[in-house]
Amino acid sequence: MVQSGHAIDRGQYPIVKYAPYHKHAVYRKPQESYMDVWAPPNELHSIWMKDLWSALTDQGIEIEDNPTESLLPATVWKMKPEDWGMLARSAQHQDCRWVGLWLDDLGDKLRATAALSKNGRFLLVRTDLPSQAPRLPSHAPYFPGADRPERHAADLFGVTFIGHLDSRRWIRHQAWQAQDYPLRKAFPASGNPAANTPPDRDYPFLHTQTPEVYEIPVGPVHAGIIEPGHFRFLAVGEAVLNLEERLGYVHKGIEKIAEGRDAQGLARLAGRVSGDTTVAHAWAACMAMERAYAHMVPPRGLRLRAVLAERERIANHLGDIGAICNDVGFPFAHYQFSRLRELWLRDNAAWFGHRLLMDQVVPGGVATDLNGEATDEMGLRVGELGRELDELRPILDANHSLQDRLVGAGILTYETAKALGCLGYVGRASGFDCDLRRERPYGPYDELEIEAVSRTEGDVAARLNVRYDELYASLGLLEQLLARLHPGAIQSPWPTAPRAAEGFGVVEGWRGEILCYVRLDREGRVARFFTRDPSVFNWPALEQLIHGNIVPDFPLCNKSVNGSYAGHDL
Amino acid sequence: MISILRKIASVGVVTEPARACSDEELERLGGEIRRFVDRRFNGSLAIRQVDAGSCNGCELEIHALNNAFYDIERFGIHFVASPRHADILLVTGPVSRHMQHALKATYDATPDPKWVVAIGTCAADGGEFGVSYASCGAASNVIPVDAVIPGCPPKPVDMMNGLLRLMQGR
Repeated sequence: MVQSGHAIDRGQYPIVKYAPYHKHAVYRKPQESYMDVWAPPNELHSIWMKDLWSALTDQGIEIEDNPTESLLPATVWKMKPEDWGMLARSAQHQDCRWVGLWLDDLGDKLRATAALSKNGRFLLVRTDLPSQAPRLPSHAPYFPGADRPERHAADLFGVTFIGHLDSRRWIRHQAWQAQDYPLRKAFPASGNPAANTPPDRDYPFLHTQTPEVYEIPVGPVHAGIIEPGHFRFLAVGEAVLNLEERLGYVHKGIEKIAEGRDAQGLARLAGRVSGDTTVAHAWAACMAMERAYAHMVPPRGLRLRAVLAERERIANHLGDIGAICNDVGFPFAHYQFSRLRELWLRDNAAWFGHRLLMDQVVPGGVATDLNGEATDEMGLRVGELGRELDELRPILDANHSLQDRLVGAGILTYETAKALGCLGYVGRASGFDCDLRRERPYGPYDELEIEAVSRTEGDVAARLNVRYDELYASLGLLEQLLARLHPGAIQSPWPTAPRAAEGFGVVEGWRGEILCYVRLDREGRVARFFTRDPSVFNWPALEQLIHGNIVPDFPLCNKSVNGSYAGHDL
Repeated sequence: MISILRKIASVGVVTEPARACSDEELERLGGEIRRFVDRRFNGSLAIRQVDAGSCNGCELEIHALNNAFYDIERFGIHFVASPRHADILLVTGPVSRHMQHALKATYDATPDPKWVVAIGTCAADGGEFGVSYASCGAASNVIPVDAVIPGCPPKPVDMMNGLLRLMQGR
């Protein structure tokens, strides 16, 4: 992407004395190991922060640079709550991605942190709010992706977002009262629930007065082996006029029950945020905790984490490619890909002791080493899978009845993908390509060649093809990783002397970027755990890309996005 | 078309003579299940799966029961789209409070006689999530449960084993 004009023209902004991103320039890789490896900072990649800083200070907004070592490589600024809206406005002008929002109850005040990103660089902007009746200008008018995260924060912390166009509750159904805020410290994890939680019958969906328009409610219990959620269609005949999602059914209070856990306990819980993404979520949480304590992971441990993450990506892509084909009545592909997936999972079980790789990523490294024999075997399997994929792809491509259903279905435009901040293959299939492994590689991806995979059509076929290409890219990564699995420790002992600290982790999971923030208290116990699954930004894309499609194509469109309900609902 | 047929022929039948999975037990297990299903359910046992708050890990493994290796349908067990058609409810996850009513409604919609099987550690005892403001914990805290198949998630073979034990016990 071309830098916008004023980003390059340095002349139009007065030179600010204070250039906070310079802090990056002095950040050096730890010598003894490269646990915290982020590619060396490139001035050009973070120039947008300087522009954003100038744009804001020009408007008379006070910003305090608040470098926080444990949050590196993210830059941290502080500003006043009343300027919060201007931040979003200027960030939108800078073409930033809005990547997350979390609050933290510090007792006497609430602290809000918004995360922005561009060119693989992260900016965390913080502001403090009073505990009583906290109000904050909304970011949603500038970044539509902020809509649900703000409503999530409103339901769980009681913050009013001024200027937010949708005041309806989101994550709260009927399990707690409107004036209760479960993530406030005063609210006990056990809550005060009724013996029987009533169904959420009165959620104000968008209705229609037109008699020709059908309203079709679907869920939360769906007609398949799938997670629960509710979809409300407005349809004329077969054509979908509008789709409204209602999620939150599998809200299990993960952010709350994380509190008080030790590092190992948090890694276990993070590994169950979304069962299909257990490696990446656990990695993000461990990365945040390791950064908080400046704790090093040995190189072999780090490379094994990437082996696990790429294996997870491959397993999920295999399963979903088959399932997408099955949704349009092409069971041949379904049986072939589910066969490949099963073989892949059995290898996981043989080498790592768990088919889905749960509890393999632990604070300080990984739980299971790979012996030499298994390493060789994995190399062989990588080759075998590659050959199978080579054989199957032309069959898929040449099947007209399959392509007829996939091509042109569920088109997500680049503009929409960008506005919502869609992640992973959903964004990449629409030409909106964010891949942390390439943009700002964290260890061990900094030493690997990663093939860029992207399409522009934005339809179901493009999402399937991006995932097919990612299979090859991941196989390539596995080959490189296996060649680099030099002998060594796989785990470093977790520090026994705890202290209060906070850390920030970002990992490219198979669905896309996962963002995680952890604050540990003086005893080294979790005081705040925030995690943001990529599904948060991909679910709204489904509501957009379904327009004009027919109701029977909804399962196909849904599967091609495959948002995580559990990862979204927390 | 010819390439499809060639691929099918070259892959052949993968349906278990239990390869890497723990045992040659699967065929034996399957045979026993088949006999039970034939005798007690007239050859067809219908399962309705309900995710009541799971992380989706259990669903992935339940899906695997339908792949060519386990192919649970050959034993007369099949997954149905409506609780109205089901003999067994497979419940996964700790029951989130937001799903409590939906799970009960699904249970009520399933005709008697019915069995409920709690799949996975969370449905068995609440697992990592336990009981909280948002979670009811074990499935048995919400509806009567006839059998429990623990594991995080249980392997497909464990699930078949658990189903067989349930049938034997009845």
